Amino acid sequence: MGDLFINFLSNPVPMEAYLGVSLIMFFAGVYGFLSRKSLLMILVSIELMLNAADINFVVFNRYLYPNHMEGFFFTLFAIAIAACETAVAIAIIINIYRNLTSVEVGELDEMKE
Amino acid sequence: MAEQIIFYILALMIAVFSVLAVTSKRIIRSATYLLFVLLGTAGFYLLLGYQYLFGVQIAVYAGGVMVLFIFAILLTNRPGENVKIERKDRRIAAGITSLVGLAFCAHVIYYNINKVYTLVIPAEQKVQEIGLTLMGTDKYQYLLPFEFISVLLLACIVGAIMIARKR
Repeated sequence: MGDLFINFLSNPVPMEAYLGVSLIMFFAGVYGFLSRKSLLMILVSIELMLNAADINFVVFNRYLYPNHMEGFFFTLFAIAIAACETAVAIAIIINIYRNLTSVEVGELDEMKE
Repeated sequence: MAEQIIFYILALMIAVFSVLAVTSKRIIRSATYLLFVLLGTAGFYLLLGYQYLFGVQIAVYAGGVMVLFIFAILLTNRPGENVKIERKDRRIAAGITSLVGLAFCAHVIYYNINKVYTLVIPAEQKVQEIGLTLMGTDKYQYLLPFEFISVLLLACIVGAIMIARKR
């Protein structure tokens, strides 16, 4: 048993371990996106999904093409775009709260006051 | 050996906290769990040998985006109030959807990826090389997306101010 454990830990980390972690993260995001009503929680779920995609890009880059940098740059740009998207989305959410005093998706049925 | 142990600790941390982030009742706790997930992701980047990405992830996500989130939560939530969740049947439907998707993708990964096993970490990525690749116009160089990102950031600043200003 202890021998098996040492063997397991001394092998290099397989690629599917990284992919499995990002898979759990992505589908946690999907669950949160579908089961929450608050706009901020939906935004948190989107961040989780984007992060899972970023991990996948980097992992594929490192394991399959270790001398190229395409996945690296894709992740870099994806992080920048995610930051933009979050800033605009939070501006919209704050504006909605100011107009309707609520950020629940069920109550947002009118766009203008 | 140490790398493997660190990887499995980080993997456990990311899995647990990402599930907690979408199931916790208080929204500020969700944001805190999301912060831990982002830090774990940064640790993954470091394990894979992308030091620059580690720095970007910490600075942009764990720094900037999380501060935005915390401010938005404090501006829009009354203290002590729980988040509203969907009706129970919709929650169950969402859970089934994500579990089915998880099982399908796990099947695909398990039966197709396991031929690739070797991790080759080349010599440390130089920041100079990253900068030259970002600024070049040849094949596999990224000046045009870089400029697009700068225009996008400008549009984002203007848009955010336009949307959120008081009339």
